[in-house]
Amino acid sequence: MTEINNQIVIIGGGHNGLVCASYLAKAGKQVTVLEAAGQVGGAAITREFAPGFKVSAGAHLLFMLDKTVCKELSLESAGLSFSQQNMTSTALAEDGNHLMIAGDSLQGANISSADQAAMKEYRRFMNRFAGIINRLNNRIPPRVGTKNRSDWIGLAKTALDVRMLGRDDMREFLRIAGINIYDILQENFENPLLKGALSLDGVLGTNLGPRSNNSVFCALHRLSGLQGMAVPRGGMGAVSNTLAMVAKQHGATIRTSATVSRILMDGDRVSGVELQDGEQITARTVVSNADPKKTFFDLLGARNLEAGFARRIQNIRMRGNVAKLHLALDGVPDFNGLNQNQLADRLLIAPDLDYVERAFNHSKYGEYSVKPVAEISIPSLHDDSLAPPGKHVLSAVVQYAPYQLKAGWSEEKAVLTDKVIDLLAAYAPGIRSQLVHKELLTPVDIENEFRISGGHWHHGELAIDQFLMLRPVPHSAQYASPVNGLFLCGAGSHPGGGVMGSAGRNAAHAVLGAKDIEGENS
Amino acid sequence: MSQINQDDKVKPIDFSTKAHYLTKAFRSPFYSRQEPLNHLKEWGRWADYLSPHAYTCSGIEYFAARNACTVFDLTPMTKYHISGKDALPFLNRLVTRDVSKIKPGRVGYCCWCDDAGQVIDDGTIFHLSENTYRLCSQERHMDWLMTNTLGFDVLLSEETHNVAALALQGPTSCATLKRMGLDGIENMKLFDIRHFNFEDTQLMVSRTGFTGYLGYELWIDPEHAEVLWDRLFEAGNLHGIKPMGDEALQMLRVEAGFIQAAHDFMPANATIRTGHTRSPFELGLGWLVDFKKPVFNGRRALLEEKKRGHRYNLVKLDIDGNKPGCDSYVFTKNKKRVGTVTSATWSPSAKASVALASLEAPHGKPGEELLVEIYYQKELKWSRVMAKARVVKEVFFDPPRKRQTPPADF
Amino acid sequence: MCDSMPSSKQPQNRLAGNYTREPESVKKYDAIVIGAGHNGLTNAAYLAKAGLDVLMVEKNSYIGGATASRELHKNWIYSNASYVSSLLRPEVFRTLELSRYGLQIVPYAGGNVTMSEDGNYIGSYVNPDVSRREMARISPRDANAKVRFDRDLMRQCRFIRQFMLSTAPDPTSFKPRDLMGMLQMGKALLDLGEDVIYDMIRLYTMSISEYLDEYFEHPLIKAAKAGSGIIGSAMGVMSPGTAYVLLHHAMGDVDGTMGAWGFARGGTGAIARAMKDSFEDNGGTLLTGSGVEQILVKNGKVAGVALENGDEYQADIVVSNMTLPRTFLECMDQKDLDPEFIRRVRNFKIRGSSGKVNMALDGLPEFTAFEGNTELITGDMHVIDSVERLEIAYDDWKNGTWSKDPYLDILIPSLTDPTMAPPGKHFMSVFVQYVPPKVNGKDWTDDQRDQFGQTVMNQIEKHAPGFKDLVLHAEIRTPRELENEIGLTQGNIFQGELTMDQLLFNRPIPGYAQYRGPAKGLYMCGSSNHPGGGIMAAPGANAAREILKDIRKPNTVPEGWADD
Repeated sequence: MTEINNQIVIIGGGHNGLVCASYLAKAGKQVTVLEAAGQVGGAAITREFAPGFKVSAGAHLLFMLDKTVCKELSLESAGLSFSQQNMTSTALAEDGNHLMIAGDSLQGANISSADQAAMKEYRRFMNRFAGIINRLNNRIPPRVGTKNRSDWIGLAKTALDVRMLGRDDMREFLRIAGINIYDILQENFENPLLKGALSLDGVLGTNLGPRSNNSVFCALHRLSGLQGMAVPRGGMGAVSNTLAMVAKQHGATIRTSATVSRILMDGDRVSGVELQDGEQITARTVVSNADPKKTFFDLLGARNLEAGFARRIQNIRMRGNVAKLHLALDGVPDFNGLNQNQLADRLLIAPDLDYVERAFNHSKYGEYSVKPVAEISIPSLHDDSLAPPGKHVLSAVVQYAPYQLKAGWSEEKAVLTDKVIDLLAAYAPGIRSQLVHKELLTPVDIENEFRISGGHWHHGELAIDQFLMLRPVPHSAQYASPVNGLFLCGAGSHPGGGVMGSAGRNAAHAVLGAKDIEGENS
Repeated sequence: MSQINQDDKVKPIDFSTKAHYLTKAFRSPFYSRQEPLNHLKEWGRWADYLSPHAYTCSGIEYFAARNACTVFDLTPMTKYHISGKDALPFLNRLVTRDVSKIKPGRVGYCCWCDDAGQVIDDGTIFHLSENTYRLCSQERHMDWLMTNTLGFDVLLSEETHNVAALALQGPTSCATLKRMGLDGIENMKLFDIRHFNFEDTQLMVSRTGFTGYLGYELWIDPEHAEVLWDRLFEAGNLHGIKPMGDEALQMLRVEAGFIQAAHDFMPANATIRTGHTRSPFELGLGWLVDFKKPVFNGRRALLEEKKRGHRYNLVKLDIDGNKPGCDSYVFTKNKKRVGTVTSATWSPSAKASVALASLEAPHGKPGEELLVEIYYQKELKWSRVMAKARVVKEVFFDPPRKRQTPPADF
Repeated sequence: MCDSMPSSKQPQNRLAGNYTREPESVKKYDAIVIGAGHNGLTNAAYLAKAGLDVLMVEKNSYIGGATASRELHKNWIYSNASYVSSLLRPEVFRTLELSRYGLQIVPYAGGNVTMSEDGNYIGSYVNPDVSRREMARISPRDANAKVRFDRDLMRQCRFIRQFMLSTAPDPTSFKPRDLMGMLQMGKALLDLGEDVIYDMIRLYTMSISEYLDEYFEHPLIKAAKAGSGIIGSAMGVMSPGTAYVLLHHAMGDVDGTMGAWGFARGGTGAIARAMKDSFEDNGGTLLTGSGVEQILVKNGKVAGVALENGDEYQADIVVSNMTLPRTFLECMDQKDLDPEFIRRVRNFKIRGSSGKVNMALDGLPEFTAFEGNTELITGDMHVIDSVERLEIAYDDWKNGTWSKDPYLDILIPSLTDPTMAPPGKHFMSVFVQYVPPKVNGKDWTDDQRDQFGQTVMNQIEKHAPGFKDLVLHAEIRTPRELENEIGLTQGNIFQGELTMDQLLFNRPIPGYAQYRGPAKGLYMCGSSNHPGGGIMAAPGANAAREILKDIRKPNTVPEGWADD
């Protein structure tokens, strides 16, 4: 048994755990990060999936990494760089008449001038509204209905942010924040390809279809990084490795292949953790980067919680609905109508709103989409560290693929893999002949590989009822759990998923007991 | 009040078929014996069962309980069976007191709270044998108990309808049971459980009750209910045994200072209005809260409340005059309204108007003088008195025999 | 595919803004109310009661709008559209003296029953013990969880009820009245306490299906409860936002019994008739068969109305009980309106999702599942057994057709109200969800309407063999009929969907949630306005209160909702 006093143990070396460790170490705390896998990063890793082929196995695009975190931890000077930035999104059309979306400008697909004008206005108000969420990202959520001054200040700040939109935008914000992106897109646009592509902002990574209310909120959350899409050089793992380096520079200890099997209690507070091999590490403070269900049920044990709280944890909706496809290709795939430059864009298969809605319908009944939607990236085009010369990797987020598949994943996985490749072949007919290797991660695989209950990337469905002071559940939304000394720092906490780092940063401040933690940029 | 067709036979209780709706209220397994004794032919309802308000006259039944002994049908009381390797930790997390102190063969009074530290219900835990418990309560709690099983290896089932139960209460109750052949009954201490061979089955006896006097509760399978009743009355015949209804029980329990869900507090799981629930401290049940346990439902909130102070006090009031102060407001001597009476009765034993009242803290210290606003009616003329009242510490009826072992025979 | 989806994007604009015609007759009233639905009648009655000279114009030959009862088959009275009442505010009932004009609301004895395909059912009974036991028959845990469910729902009902019979404050306004209103709302919220506030956010944003998952485990029980989350709504049980619709159906009461529903004796139209009598007794004038061609505006002020028959009436106050799109896109010169306002009206969500089949029956149908039980047939009857089945019904609607396996709310009012059908015969009212405003993007045909009716009858026949032989006459109403006959745009029964974006200060559209239209003297009093649909009379009453305030008359309209 290792005796270390007053140290802080962080369970899980995902990006939020590493961010949290960096801040705590920077503040002079003795921090040990325990990561179960052989490398840090959690779902933000780069790993080999075929000899010589590497891919960002979890998240594959970076667009939310918090600017305050970047700046405060000096990530760029620590070596974080990008192979692509401000990526254009290309909505693929089967006939090759694709639509390029770069910020608020549109090209191709016979886009009308009305749509072009509407796009400018759409981006304007969506970015303004996303700004409100952006300002929430770096705050410890206030509680509602308490008498605490800090809670009231927190609420007042947000109320003021909304007020500052001005009367018209405020009205529009209050109207649309809770509803569905289908209606908003129908109100604003004509072009089906455009509407299909934009609807993905509201539904990627969720259990929502475009017509489901809450999808506008999800879109705003997704846009709340207020930055373009980017691909880190070396894949997503580069972000995690940089974070790990920063944490170590500040004095944190990082142990990999150290699987925590349970959180230890002494009376009514945590006293440390026990590893799978039986090693016990004492700590007065344990911060968990694991998802809330794993933290409270698997590691702490429901019996150490009060029952009402345990019920809330049990009710967290966190069933993944996304599969991840990785292809190793022996050449540049040939997509109809795309040159090699355009091929490096973020490619979207979501030809129209109803296509997306129909894809979603299946998942309601425990089936995967017969015709899925996909977000595709071919990072090797700009980063030769990922594939052997002349060869390429294709990474695709594929929706919808429910965690609880009625037919079970063991046999259906191969069928879905084929279906998705067929889908790609409709746009890139030669792709099958280029295949060197294929890998599909179903939500069950994601659960197993990344140790996320339910295989939900965001450690919990991103929804208004699971956001801010309700994330993951009331009474642990301020990062401190009801168990003394136990904190949460993962995506299951506010502000949620996406490689953002804010949850880790906020949690560190909660651990340090800081009152006002707003960064300069927020 | 429900009218009963005399020809109907006692039917076994069957929930599983659609036809259950034809039964408008269940009959206790003792019904065939209760019915002829129910001279008033009035039935109240208790948890879907017919339950007599009184058989003849609640006053007479009250005195029988204080002077001889009475039989009260407990069958409708909610009963849960809890077993399995985690039964003890399960209960310890559920209730506020330390259940490990309730040894096998013993009964303990307890209350349980939600996370906010508000009382859901109070009840009794019967430690039947190692890892096997019975939890008895006024209200039903399957939802909350099932929620509580998460993370525990326990088996939980409701056994309300599988156990017939009678309370035998009063000074001659021990003598009656002795005469019925329960050897060694006199050696049972308060809160003891014993099993006796009875006919071809087992009779479980606990020295427990809701009257604040010597008394026992008898637990048996429903098939033997009628024979138990018969044998009990046969044995009690020389000891003044009488059946008793709910009205007399209410008088007895208020005298004894026992609180009851939906009378003296609202069960937190069913309370709609914010602030209408109570914590254990606010019900005088602070002694049931054991903070030495590292985790139990409501612990954090109750710790917080200990620091902050609680909002209400549930107290016993001794009210001047002879008008029962039901549903009355309570005022300070300066006419400031500070609470309400939750239960009240004329205490024939103490010859006093007594009540339980919920007062805003800090009011309610023993000895505090208060006023109770009582409205009463004589021959349709209404009058109002502001009766003086005192907060008292002791219960209104507390004879030594309650705890004596062996108890005196009469 | 996309074009076949019901959409509010393309309204028909009958008037291209070039209405010119010489008036044929001119009389000036203090106020003109358009549309003799129950909200219009309520509004008109209060204005008349306050001493105004009020003209009410109604396009149909009968009154009531969706609150009508008509004898379409000899000796049978149908409640043609709305068919039960729970939300009608007793304050309105009392102050308009509806009892004096013959109105009786009778609660129906049965609760409701949901029948599953395998012959089981979950029923509820007047006796609460039997009801609890019935639930325990299927799931003992759920029977107990219902206590918690009812508690949580009732907490939210008590909160929202406070704001029904009053005007919603505008959060973007700095007027003292709005600031006070927001403060009051904030205080009411804080009084609930932290956890109840959290529960509120969750209830308002979750889907009914997910919300129910937090309480119940049995699919049939969930299905039985989920129906209330979609009635009249263009959402599925799995759509976030449907949990609130449940609240809308639970917050009413009959004589203080929350969540209870009743029949108006003589059919729903009896409510409108009593209101009309109250209106006329207070000196109001009613013109039926008088559809409005255009609301006239001069110099930014309303001037009166021009009827389709060429008559014209003047008034400084015009109140529209028509839906928002019908009022502004069909009955006004578009030049009188700001383009931004028009855009917002066009974006108002008012998709129809329900139909109605009213039938005269030769006798009482026998539902196999009941096995002789005569208590269950008096209340609402549903045939559904899982939330998935309900959701599939919604998928049909999204795909532009009526549900092939629809959700039905079946009632036989004649079992409670002897005036509805001859003795021994019965009137059956069937509310059907989902029914799209258009079929595959095209207008309904009569043939399709009849096919839809058959779908519904077959569904009942499955559970009550021989039922179809009892049908003497049927009135089948798709959204087309609801729009053409009653004027409900796209057949939406609530005059606009009850979603977050269209509630309280957002209803019907932000900035116009206080019953005032964009022209001076123009008001709106229909269910398109806060607090929405159902026979509640609150929009009509609230609008009347605002009008009286603007013309500085003493308020005679009740306000607020006393709960203890």
